[in-house]
Amino acid sequence: MSTTVAPASSFLFEDKKFPFCPGCGHTVSANALNKALVTLKIDPKQTVIVTDIGCVGLTDHYFNINAFHGLHGRSITYATGIKLANPGLNVIVLMGDGGLGIGGGHFLNAARRNIGITVLVFNNFNYGMTGGQHSTTTPMHGITSTTPEGNEENPVDICALVGAVNGSFAARTTVYDKDLTDIMVAAIQHKGFSAVDILEPCTAYFAKKNTMDKEGILGLMTSLGYEKGIVINKNREELTEKIKKHTAQQMAIVASKQKEQKQFKHNLIKKTSLVIAGSAGERVISSSFLLAYSGIISGLFVTQKDDFPITVMTGYSVSEIIFSDEEILYTEIDKPDYIFILSMNGYERVKNRINANTIIITDESLNMVELLKGKVDPKNIINIPIVKEARVIDKNYAVMIGLAAFLHHSNLFSQDAFVEAINTKNKPAFIEKSLQAIEVGAQMIKSLVNS
Amino acid sequence: MNIDFLDGNEMVALGAFEAGCNFFAGYPITPASAILQQMIDDLPKHGGTAIQAEDEIASIGFCIGASMTGKKVLTATSGPGLSLYSENIGMAIMGETPMVIVDVQRHGPATGSATKDGASDIQFARWSTSGGYPIIALVPTNVEECYTMAIQAFNYAEQFRTPVFLLSSKEIAMTRERVDWSKIKKPEIINRTYHKPEDGKYIPYRFVNSEDIPPFAAYGGEELTRYTTSTHDENANLLADPVKIQRMMDHLNKKIDSDKISLVVKDFEEGAEILVVSYGVTSRTAREAIKMARANNVKVSSLVIHSVWPVPEKEIKNALKNVKKVIVPEMNAGQYIYEVQRLITNNAQLIGVNTMDTRLINPEKIYQAILS
Repeated sequence: MSTTVAPASSFLFEDKKFPFCPGCGHTVSANALNKALVTLKIDPKQTVIVTDIGCVGLTDHYFNINAFHGLHGRSITYATGIKLANPGLNVIVLMGDGGLGIGGGHFLNAARRNIGITVLVFNNFNYGMTGGQHSTTTPMHGITSTTPEGNEENPVDICALVGAVNGSFAARTTVYDKDLTDIMVAAIQHKGFSAVDILEPCTAYFAKKNTMDKEGILGLMTSLGYEKGIVINKNREELTEKIKKHTAQQMAIVASKQKEQKQFKHNLIKKTSLVIAGSAGERVISSSFLLAYSGIISGLFVTQKDDFPITVMTGYSVSEIIFSDEEILYTEIDKPDYIFILSMNGYERVKNRINANTIIITDESLNMVELLKGKVDPKNIINIPIVKEARVIDKNYAVMIGLAAFLHHSNLFSQDAFVEAINTKNKPAFIEKSLQAIEVGAQMIKSLVNS
Repeated sequence: MNIDFLDGNEMVALGAFEAGCNFFAGYPITPASAILQQMIDDLPKHGGTAIQAEDEIASIGFCIGASMTGKKVLTATSGPGLSLYSENIGMAIMGETPMVIVDVQRHGPATGSATKDGASDIQFARWSTSGGYPIIALVPTNVEECYTMAIQAFNYAEQFRTPVFLLSSKEIAMTRERVDWSKIKKPEIINRTYHKPEDGKYIPYRFVNSEDIPPFAAYGGEELTRYTTSTHDENANLLADPVKIQRMMDHLNKKIDSDKISLVVKDFEEGAEILVVSYGVTSRTAREAIKMARANNVKVSSLVIHSVWPVPEKEIKNALKNVKKVIVPEMNAGQYIYEVQRLITNNAQLIGVNTMDTRLINPEKIYQAILS
């Protein structure tokens, strides 16, 4: 139920007075914000003031509006989360030049992504709460407690930061300017990210040690070539508007109905492990998944894990599969029953696990019989022309040939399960050649057995 | 047939959807990136919002902001990312923010081994931020538990208004396993308690007894509300009065209690004087070793801890009764063993089985410790 409430004449608590030092710019800026909110007739329930640390962080307590008081420099991240989660809210960040320094990355990214929050920087050139240390906006040669000989570093230009990432709204003004409230109004009304750099005296420290009164601030702006007023005002679509459209599109997608899962029988007698050792680009992992999944629909417990370098398109690509008729507790394969070696990259990665009982399935071009002499009984090496035969179909199907060879040699479950996995879990474009490849692999083992 | 072949990261995401998660923010990091990916791909289909932030600090910051609008929020990272979450974890505790933090643990300090397994963060999760306040952490042992514990983590986060950790690890997160949906018991969904208009004026951090959870009001609702990172009174005003500060700190301390949060799996053998206490993927190795021992007529009991924080003290004490040897296998230098040690009241021998070589602990090692 909505009730009509008379427009507020102030959003400040009547019984509280701002706690700032005499002459501090924060009092002026905070009062200007109140006026701006009154002018805009904001609904306090639909507005959140977000602050972080520093004197400015005390401000939210004086407004009878939703408030969020967070960690130093992170106010923009909380404000972004609030806006993303409830785009209908007015979200206004009050931060100092300290918060801007520590959270500079968040400022840039919020401006870049054009999230519809307003950031008011109460910029008084130093850290007033902790004893007047220098900040990222301290002018060159400015005297602070940590730059007693004068600041050696260039100050950051807040509006230029917004411009650097093609942000949509930036303005600069001072607490001495009559347009302070109007600029805040414009910033809050702006659809998209808006930032206002408000130059203020810190009467406790910076204004005292440097002549940073009205004249000083105006002089500084001239010397730095700072423009005043609304410096950037562009019409760019606000982030949550884009997200709303994306979400609506995604929600409209009807999940394709899952086909009835066929079931197959298995012939497994004992837990069997297989390591597939190839190279990047050979579809080791995706092909291994299909074999592993066919074990699943054959009623087996199966685990699959993969191993590859972080530079994914080069080097080895290894997949490890365990088939069992009971829950698999220990998922390492210390002594593989089978190793399928398709490349030297893969061999190098798994060779330490080859033992006398390992059955090796390999491509004849790799010359494994010679390489594993004395280590593996030659009759345990299934040396077949995988790569040569794959080329007849497509070289990308070599792994499928080898996996089919494994399946027919181990006889863990029927090829029908593998066919079903290929038909239901493979990319449609890959199905036909996969089916050809597993037939080739099956024939290789059959002819080996017959010969 | 209702069988899938999924890994732990996929199951965390499915658990989050089931729990009603409607906001996710994260930053890519191995081995947790797949959760971010699945959230980006699928959360909008559930009507939620998923976003990749500029860094981990922003990820958790977005989540905290979103949670206070009433969203059920999730973020996912690994050890190095958790390091960056640290300060905001403290704020989430202080501000009483419901959220679930998945830490897919990987091996070692700093960058460590990005794609290798380890239980690196068990104590880190407990003490991940300044102040030293209690947290809740759940540790799954397999992919099915990644699903059920994701739901449970949301339940605890909502119920206790606090960040809850789900500590999976590379091995569980990135190994596919058989998932039999017909056997999965989904926890009932619990949502946070909201302030009701009939309860009068809303006071954001009001509690009567220390352990009470303050009712919640969202930004944008019918009540004005305030959130703060600072030591505060019930109205979120800064506190200076030591008596009131103590009361508020007692509240944060007492609301998380192992009398209310205690998830363990007991497999006790009558007359056994050997106990294996384990968590995470190592529990499976331990079960393998226990099977070997029992097959050889060695009596041994097992206590698998699902809620590592708060320490389920009653359950551990109960399991320790009449035990002469306690074995705690861990894929780290020994992190939880001291939680067990402080609960031993007799002369029971305490043995740690520890590896940090990125591989799972071989069952044989635990078996040998049982026999020793």
